[in-house]
Amino acid sequence: MSLPFIAEALVSLLLVLGGLFAFTGSLGMLQFEDFFMRLHGPTKGTTLGIGCVLIASMVYFTLYQREPHMQELLITLFLFITAPVTGHMLAKTGLHMHLRFITSTRGSLPELLDEDVGQNRVARPGRPKRPSGVKSRKRQLLKSRGR
Amino acid sequence: MLIIALWISLTLIVLAMAINVYRLAKGPDIPDRLLALDTMYVNAIALIVIVGLWLNTKTYFEAAILIAMLGFISTMAICRYLLRGDIIE
Repeated sequence: MSLPFIAEALVSLLLVLGGLFAFTGSLGMLQFEDFFMRLHGPTKGTTLGIGCVLIASMVYFTLYQREPHMQELLITLFLFITAPVTGHMLAKTGLHMHLRFITSTRGSLPELLDEDVGQNRVARPGRPKRPSGVKSRKRQLLKSRGR
Repeated sequence: MLIIALWISLTLIVLAMAINVYRLAKGPDIPDRLLALDTMYVNAIALIVIVGLWLNTKTYFEAAILIAMLGFISTMAICRYLLRGDIIE
């Protein structure tokens, strides 16, 4: 290897970090007990891991062949743009299919639109009471007329 | 040093792919399997890049770009199919 020591150390560190992050993301997908929890590992850990690996490859080829090597940056950008989109679509699919989820991970009641989920209604916070004013009396009047 | 780092990283990514295969086979619902497949695509890109670094060739990056695009598009297509019942409306 004709690389200087510091460059080789940097490439090695980035490679090991990338492998660790990718493995951690997949381990999260193995360990968690709920689809919405399992979604966290691959969308964050694996994306960061492959970013590290691609940057290591970019540094290596740039220094080894003494010319800028930018194709990896293209793949990195593409993956970093598409990973959140994929996670969002997968979460929407999970909500749509009414997957089982652990209720203890739920902080506050979700505010979901009807078109985000499937056919059944979803628990949502109650609507604030309308103050009894002119408008509500008008509405009662309309209701009593049979509209 | 680089060879040792390559071995460590390759081992970790192969283990990650084994975990993905397990989740793909076991996963209780369809979105779980879809998530495992998407993660497997990303891990395959990492594997290809590491093999290209090992063999010291630039040949494999086009394959990595192709795998990235196909993974994204196929995941989107299956998500659309599960969400709307149709891919292109």
